Amino acid sequence: MTNKHVNAVVIGAGAGGGPVAKELATNGFSVVLFERGGWARYDDHDDDELISQRTTVLGNAFGPNKDKHWRVFVDQRSGKETIVYPHEGGYSNNAACVGSGTVSYGAMAWRFMPQDFRMKSTYGHVEGSTLEDWPITYEDLEPYYEKAEWEIGVSGQDPQNPFVPERKKHLPMPPFAYNREGKMLFEAAKRRGWHPFPIPMLRNSVPYNGRPACYRMRTCVGFACPVNAKCGTHNTVIPVALASGNCELRINCQVAEIMVNDQGKATGIKYFDETGKAQIQTADLVVVSGSATETARLLINSKSKLFPNGAGNNYDWVGRNLQGHAYTGAVGLFGDEIYDDVGPGATVAISDFNHGNEGIVGGGMLANEFFRLPYLFTNQRPPGSPSWGKAHKDYQRSNYKRVASVKGPYQEVPNFEARITVDQKVKDYWGIPVGKLMGARHPLDRKGCGFLADRCEEWLLEAGAYQVWKEVGGGGLSGGQHQAGTCRMGNDKKTSVTNRLGQLHEIDNVFVADGSLMVTNGGFNPALTIMALGFYVGDQIVKQWNGTNLKS
Amino acid sequence: MNLNRRKFIQSLGLATGSLFLFPACGGPAPSNWRFLTDDEAKLVIAIAEQIIPADQDPGATDAGVVNFIDKQLTGFYNNFQENYRKGLAALQEYCTQKRGAKFEELEFDKQTEVLKLMEKNSIEGEYWKENPASRFFRMLRDHSMQGFYGSPRHGGNKDYVSYKMIRIDYPHVIGQNRYAPRCETLNAYAQ
Repeated sequence: MTNKHVNAVVIGAGAGGGPVAKELATNGFSVVLFERGGWARYDDHDDDELISQRTTVLGNAFGPNKDKHWRVFVDQRSGKETIVYPHEGGYSNNAACVGSGTVSYGAMAWRFMPQDFRMKSTYGHVEGSTLEDWPITYEDLEPYYEKAEWEIGVSGQDPQNPFVPERKKHLPMPPFAYNREGKMLFEAAKRRGWHPFPIPMLRNSVPYNGRPACYRMRTCVGFACPVNAKCGTHNTVIPVALASGNCELRINCQVAEIMVNDQGKATGIKYFDETGKAQIQTADLVVVSGSATETARLLINSKSKLFPNGAGNNYDWVGRNLQGHAYTGAVGLFGDEIYDDVGPGATVAISDFNHGNEGIVGGGMLANEFFRLPYLFTNQRPPGSPSWGKAHKDYQRSNYKRVASVKGPYQEVPNFEARITVDQKVKDYWGIPVGKLMGARHPLDRKGCGFLADRCEEWLLEAGAYQVWKEVGGGGLSGGQHQAGTCRMGNDKKTSVTNRLGQLHEIDNVFVADGSLMVTNGGFNPALTIMALGFYVGDQIVKQWNGTNLKS
Repeated sequence: MNLNRRKFIQSLGLATGSLFLFPACGGPAPSNWRFLTDDEAKLVIAIAEQIIPADQDPGATDAGVVNFIDKQLTGFYNNFQENYRKGLAALQEYCTQKRGAKFEELEFDKQTEVLKLMEKNSIEGEYWKENPASRFFRMLRDHSMQGFYGSPRHGGNKDYVSYKMIRIDYPHVIGQNRYAPRCETLNAYAQ
C-alpha cells in the first residue's frame, strides 16, 4: 500500500517542527509530521529522578532507548572511537517524543539579543573559529518570537531587564513570583548594581490557552508536567496542526533518507514505520527538524547522483559548527535554610554580562539554578569533600536546603571541526548509518566561562554564602540539549548550508527548521529561538511557495 | 518463601538470559535474589552500608540498596553483571587472603580501609591489573547512592527513608492544598 502524496513532510515534532507543521497545516498544506518517538505521558515516569532528563542513569524518560539508538563518539585527544548510548553523556541526547525537549525542559523563554545575530560584526574575526553574523537580524525574527510567545505561551515581564531587546507586544502572562532564594539573590544583585529580573518562562503563571497554572513543584525540569502547565509544542501548536484536518502525525517512525532525483529535487522520504516496515512518503517539499545532530545525519545519509556526500553537502558544511552551551557558574553554602521547595527553583536572572565584557567574546545570561534533586545532589560538593561514608551523608542531611547555585550558558565560539558526521560502518537498529560526534569547543570558551563563573561567585558571596566554589565550563565537545549550528544559514552557498529562509542552497524543496540553522547559539537557552525559527521558516513557505519552488 | 520467589521470577521469564549467563560449576550457587548469589548479596550489603552508613537515620541496609542493585542487574544494568560477579569475587579473595576474613566479617573500620585502598587503586590482586579497582568502587558507590536517594519504585529507598532524612515531601499529591494558595499569590502579583 502506498502512502498518499502530500504537500509537505515535516521530520521531527519538536521545538522547530511543531510550529512549521502548524503554520503549513493551518494554511492549507497537506502535511505528514514524522516523529521517531511517541507521546510522552507524565504517568510513565512521574517524579522519578533516575529516569528523567536530568539523571539518565536508568534510561531516558523521553527517549530514545538504547536498544535501537546509538552513536559513535570520537575522543578528541586520543582519537579513540566509542559507541555511546542515549543515556550516556557522549551521545548528546535531546529527546525523542512528540514535543521533544519541550515536554521536559526547564522552559526558559529567552529572546536572543540583537548582538547575538551579529557576532562577527560585534567581536571581529576570531582565530580558529567560524564566528559569523546571521543572514537575518533580530528585527527579522521579532514577529516570530511574538508568535511563539503568544501561541505557545510565555510568562514574564521584560521592562525590569534594561538589556532586553525591543518588543512590539508584551508577554501574554505575568511573571512568576520569586522563591526564597530568588528573593535573596534579587536583593544581592541589586546591591552589586546589576539588573535582576524574573526569568521568562514557557509555563503558565496563570491559566492560559485552556490549561491550568503551574503549581510550582520541584520536579519540573527534566520531567513532564503533571498538571499540563508547562507549554511545549506537544500541547499547543501540534494539537492545532492536527485539529486543522490537514496534518497527520506518524509516531514511532524512523526516517532514513530524503529521496533526491537526478535533477536534484527531493521527491519524498524513506522511513521505517512503527512495525519496522520500510515505507515511502512522497511530498512536494521536505522540512527537516530533527535537531542539530539528527538533521545533519539525515542530510548526510541522503546521497544521490548530484549530492554524493549527502543532500546539500557539496561544500562539506553539513554537520559542521556543532554548538551547545558551556554551562558555568558557582555554588554557595548558606548558614540559613534558603530552600523553600517552591519549584522548579530558577526564578531570577541577570543579563548584565551577555555582551560588553572586556576581553571576552560574548558572554551569557546568569540565573539561579533549578533545584538539584537528591541523587544529583550527592555529587554536588565543595572540592576535596568525601564522596561517600558518614561525612557525605551528614552533608546531604545538613545542607540539602542550604545550597544555592547560579550559573549560565556561555555563548560558545563556533569552530569548523566540532561536528557531527556519519559512521558508514556502524548502523543503528534499522541499518541506517549512525551519527558520529567529533571535535572540541574553541579554547576561548574557557576564558568566557571563567569570567562568568567569577561573576557567579561574586553574586553568591554578596547574597551571604559562607563558602562558594566555582564550576567552570568549557573544554570537550559541545552539543547536548542546546545543540545547534550544524546546518548554518548564510548568504554564500560555499560557507553555509541553507539560505536566509532556511531553504537548502542546492535543493529548492528541502528546508531546515530547527537549531541547526543557528549561526551562533546566543548566551541563552535556545528553545524560544528554535520555535521562532520554526514559525519563520513555516511562514516563508506559506507566503512564497508556488507548488514547486519559492516565488522569486 | 525466598526460594519460591526466585522460582517465581524465573517462571515469569523476567530474568531470562541474565540467570544463565554465568552458570556456576557444579550447580547454581544458592540465592534468594534475582542475579546475586546469597554470598554476593552479603558482600554488597556490607559495601553499601559503608557508602551510606546508618546513624540517627537509616542507612543503605535499611533502605534496601542491595535490592535496588540486584533488581537493576537483571534490568537496565544487565551489562554490569560480569563486573559485579568478577569484581566481588576478587574483592572477597583479597579480604580472605590478606585480611583473614570475608569483607563483611571485618570490623567496620577495617572495611572502610579496604574500600579506601580500592578507591586509590592500591588494592592487591591479579584481577585489578586489568580492571581498575577505582572504577569498580565508583560503580558500587554510584549504584548505592542511586538505591538510597532514588525513587522507591526501583527497589531501594524503602519507605522514602532518604527523602525523610533530607526533609522533602514525597510523593507529590497532585492538586494538594499548596496549589490554591500559590495560585492566589500569582493572581495578586498580576494585579
